[in-house]
Amino acid sequence: MRKFKEAIIEKSLLASALVTILVTLGIILVLSFEAVNFFREVPIIDFLTDTQWTPLFSDKHFGILPLLSGTLLTSFIAIAFAVPVGLSISIYISEYAPKSFRRTIKPALELLAAVPTVVYGFFALTVVTPFLQTFIPGLSGFNSLSAGLVMGIMIIPFVSSLSEDALHAVPNSLREAAYGMGSTKLQNSFRVLVPAASSGIIVSIILAISRAIGETMIVAIAAGQQPRLTFDPTVPVETITTYIVQVSLGDVQHGSLEYRTIFAAGITLFIFTFLLNTISYRIRKKFQEKYE
Amino acid sequence: MNNIRKNRLKDQIFRGWGIACTLLGLVLLAIFIGSILIDGLQRIDWDFITSLPSRNAENAGIYTALMGSIWILVLTTIISLPLGIAAAIYLEEYSKKNRFSSILEVNISNLAGVPSIIYGLLGLEIFVRILEMGASVLAGSFTLALLILPIVIVSTRESIKAVPKSIRDASYALGASKWQTVSMQLLPASFGGILTGVILALSRAVGETAPLIVIGALAYVPFAPSSPMDEFTVMPIQIFNWISRPQAGFEVNAAAAIIMLLLITFIMNGIAVYFRNKWQKKLK
Repeated sequence: MRKFKEAIIEKSLLASALVTILVTLGIILVLSFEAVNFFREVPIIDFLTDTQWTPLFSDKHFGILPLLSGTLLTSFIAIAFAVPVGLSISIYISEYAPKSFRRTIKPALELLAAVPTVVYGFFALTVVTPFLQTFIPGLSGFNSLSAGLVMGIMIIPFVSSLSEDALHAVPNSLREAAYGMGSTKLQNSFRVLVPAASSGIIVSIILAISRAIGETMIVAIAAGQQPRLTFDPTVPVETITTYIVQVSLGDVQHGSLEYRTIFAAGITLFIFTFLLNTISYRIRKKFQEKYE
Repeated sequence: MNNIRKNRLKDQIFRGWGIACTLLGLVLLAIFIGSILIDGLQRIDWDFITSLPSRNAENAGIYTALMGSIWILVLTTIISLPLGIAAAIYLEEYSKKNRFSSILEVNISNLAGVPSIIYGLLGLEIFVRILEMGASVLAGSFTLALLILPIVIVSTRESIKAVPKSIRDASYALGASKWQTVSMQLLPASFGGILTGVILALSRAVGETAPLIVIGALAYVPFAPSSPMDEFTVMPIQIFNWISRPQAGFEVNAAAAIIMLLLITFIMNGIAVYFRNKWQKKLK
């Protein structure tokens, strides 16, 4: 009787674990089913090469490039800001700061990631953009610069926290050897510790990129809703995620071509983040083996 | 000698730079919260919390959005908690190290990185359309429950892993079965850690906007939901809606609603940190 009960419990625990597989399958099936329907009507070559994205206009074009350029531009600005700052923080906290400072500052930094993104969007639109406009006169009210920078602030803890863990995991013998050779903390950090922790740092950067690409509300609020194939950070653009929000807010008939565009956009986004996540997972697995 | 001095100087410069970077984000956050408080604090009163939405910025309140968020919070907890904890127990205590378990692990780590808006598309097709829930609180809760599932699983596993092996050995030595060991020893011992993870995951769910917009949660809902099948709005969507309006009065409303939302998020985070510290002390 007890064995029977144990077996039932184990099976139901297993079933719960299998739900996670179902979720992945569900995402892939839903996205590909609607995307296949979309590509029946729009040739995939147009989707990949057309330079205009105007599914909601009467003259319809379905080129993903403008949305992709908007996504990459905002993400690039965020990463260009968050990676140097985040990495400096991780080196400072791990090598320079006193232990007590480390204990208080880490949770404080994680607070940055806990703020809802809609709040960051408001910040970008009402504080950062007007501030930037005081010395960039041509800056539009909606622009990728302000959205990207604020997204960078949000991403800082992702970079700093994981990089700091990686630096912290470097064996002390390496540190002592470098100090024994008479190096300063700075030399030690950049010539010994950062290279030694490089895989962990790369993982943190990849995860930050994946996070930036998938971010929605900051760009929907502050970067504008105009698909435009440009790398000019001062004009309004539209990201893949913003487009999905824009369509969802409107009255789009289920089963129509417009409805399917959000799944075509969604599968593009999913492929990008899936690749990035898989790469980072592989590196992390290798890295764990190295130190164990 | 000159070279050494130069290197020491560089070292000191980097120390200053490191401190500046560390404080940068926090200072910006403080500036932002300060400006929000200046904008929005005057707007917060009992009327603002208990009023229904309105076309008039001065009369509009967050009652329906607040109630919607509470409904979402409760239902998301009910759905994701048992599922996440059960999956974590399976992975940590039952599964053997083989191909199947490594697929499960890769999969969960991947799910944690899927953008939230993709969960919205999943919810729209599965819960709203195929299971015919409509744009209801229930559909929203299922969507968010799947979204936070990987976070709940990962943090629960960490907490169970942190329970000393001696406790497991002692339980088995007394003749306890696997499930008895899990339910009577491991879960109580890791309770604080699990709670911390769950509260942090829920605080993320409260702030989520995009997936709920995608499943069709409306910006304007005249009444608070009274059953899981009712349509709803939540605080972040209400804020987004107010931000999108041109009239200045709504910007003040958005600031006021943001204060409320931040208050909820920070309180949840504070509770989580409190439980974590208490639990870590107990574990030692």
